[in-house]
Amino acid sequence: MYKFSSKLKTFSIALMVIGILGVGYGFFSAPKTVEDVKEMLHDSHDSHHGGESKAHLEKEALAKIENHGHEADASHGDTDAHAEHALHQLQNRPWSALYVSVLFFALISLGVLVFYALQHVSQAGWSIVLLRVMEGITAYLPVGTVLLFVFLVLSSMHANHLFAWMDSSALDPNNPNYDKLLVSKSGYLNIPFFLARAVVYIIGWNLYRHLSRKRSIAMDSASNLDIYKRNFKRSAGFLVFFLVSESMMSWDWIMSIDHHWFSTLFAWYVFASFLVSAVTTIALVTVYLKSKGYLENVNDSHIHDLAKFMFGFSVFWTYLWFSQFLLIWYSDIPEEVTYYVTRFNEYKLPFLGMVGMNFVFPILLLINSDYKRIPWLVVMGGIVILAGHYVDFFVMIMPGTVGENWSIGIPEISAVLLMLGLFIYVAFTALTKAPLLAKGNPFLKESEQFHY
Amino acid sequence: MSSKVVQALYNDDDVLMHAVKEVRAADHHIEEVFTPFPVHGLDKAMGLPHTRIAIAAFCYGLVGLAFATWMMNYMMIQNWPQDIGGKPSMSFWYNMPSFVPIMFELTVFCAAHLMVITFYMRSKLWPFKEAENPDPRTTDDMFLMEVSVKGNEEELTAFLQNTGAVEIKVTEKH
Repeated sequence: MYKFSSKLKTFSIALMVIGILGVGYGFFSAPKTVEDVKEMLHDSHDSHHGGESKAHLEKEALAKIENHGHEADASHGDTDAHAEHALHQLQNRPWSALYVSVLFFALISLGVLVFYALQHVSQAGWSIVLLRVMEGITAYLPVGTVLLFVFLVLSSMHANHLFAWMDSSALDPNNPNYDKLLVSKSGYLNIPFFLARAVVYIIGWNLYRHLSRKRSIAMDSASNLDIYKRNFKRSAGFLVFFLVSESMMSWDWIMSIDHHWFSTLFAWYVFASFLVSAVTTIALVTVYLKSKGYLENVNDSHIHDLAKFMFGFSVFWTYLWFSQFLLIWYSDIPEEVTYYVTRFNEYKLPFLGMVGMNFVFPILLLINSDYKRIPWLVVMGGIVILAGHYVDFFVMIMPGTVGENWSIGIPEISAVLLMLGLFIYVAFTALTKAPLLAKGNPFLKESEQFHY
Repeated sequence: MSSKVVQALYNDDDVLMHAVKEVRAADHHIEEVFTPFPVHGLDKAMGLPHTRIAIAAFCYGLVGLAFATWMMNYMMIQNWPQDIGGKPSMSFWYNMPSFVPIMFELTVFCAAHLMVITFYMRSKLWPFKEAENPDPRTTDDMFLMEVSVKGNEEELTAFLQNTGAVEIKVTEKH
């Protein structure tokens, strides 16, 4: 049995406390009125003045009003509209920071659950000694998804403006906010249906997680393979449900933030991003538990296999990232390409930096067979991959909510610390609840003797 | 002067693996082992060094990538920078995404083909090459270990017989 070390427990609680303080500070320091924003803009005006480049020529009309260089030409009303626009973005910032973290960690545990189901369905022989580690991490799923759901309900109640389509005035032809493009999508993008879908996904995932965990523990003392077979069938069923729900989830929770834009391979792209993060998390937790002497049956071949998955899924992510980018860049259709124009002009460093973190770094580090067996190299690669995929989610969500007013400061880092602390606390508490070896699995022997 | 070798034939890969370990432990030099299929772990038991073909392939991949980059840059940007469908041909980076499919494929092409050719050259394989197997049964169901004779020939034969060999031949190696 694993014992949650008091050091780690204190560490996770400290992370949560620091995180809560920082998140609170983020909400506290967000501007309340247009006047605050004007003052802020005035202060930062000088530093921005000279730096405006030709990139701005490509911007949309709305962005032009924002351009500080043009402020002199703009009428008084435009300045007001600009300040109000900036106000909404700055007010969104602590919310978005929280949303990226909540979503990121919830999807990591979901990814682990999918990887777990895949091990059952593919009857993998190597990973049985890691199943309990995966079960521990997926214990975060109920917590994470409920937090996420609360967040979505708050958004639906207009506590924030992350999802522009939730503003019902956009459907009213007489309102200045009228959005013709949204009207045609309102059959799908409306609050009741949105929340109902979220409920369905969350219940579906958590149901599988709950039952598979129960069956896994029951299998420890089972005398025949009935439970194993049932688990196999349910896992296959879950994967079918997951694929459908994951596609819709990524449209709902991420793509609808930029509700004028759509991409067909987006769901796969999101999936690749959190799947590689999930495998990386499994590897990190495994290396940690192994270093504490809890996983005597895990050898460096298991680490090697996990590192191979980290490597392969990193390349898979890059493939989808680039495919989505290339097709849109190449055809350059205005209604699609604005998505990347915003990201390229205003998020250049994170947008290109994550390709380095998620592709170049892992491919050079983990291509070597020997390196994949060295725990500290896997941990180093894993941390870069996780940070890189956080940036990936950041770049997916932030441009649509805070636009050019982004930064990675106290609200963002605190939100990550808060969720990380919670994640560690929940996952490692769950690890203490059952033996770390899933004894009932028929492939256990093979897994214990696995070597590559 | 040609040296003598003992050829011990085995009919089971497990026995062979065992024999290889015993022969190595007794400090006899194994010239070569012939098997009809890859025997997992045989290279380790024989103490053969790791192959470096993966390193070679990585380098070939870099060569392919460099070649593709140079080629696209020279043809599309430097030599004749035309406006083709509005693609920005003023610098390599502006038009880089459209070169990536070719850069990728040439990387894979060079890594794969040059590695295979390296393999053929290093293992001396080519068409019309004369086959080198000492006993045709080694391509079907028999395993053959060649041990060079140094010192007492009878002792070595008896030793190999004890490792489970089903047949032993002593031949001159040319």
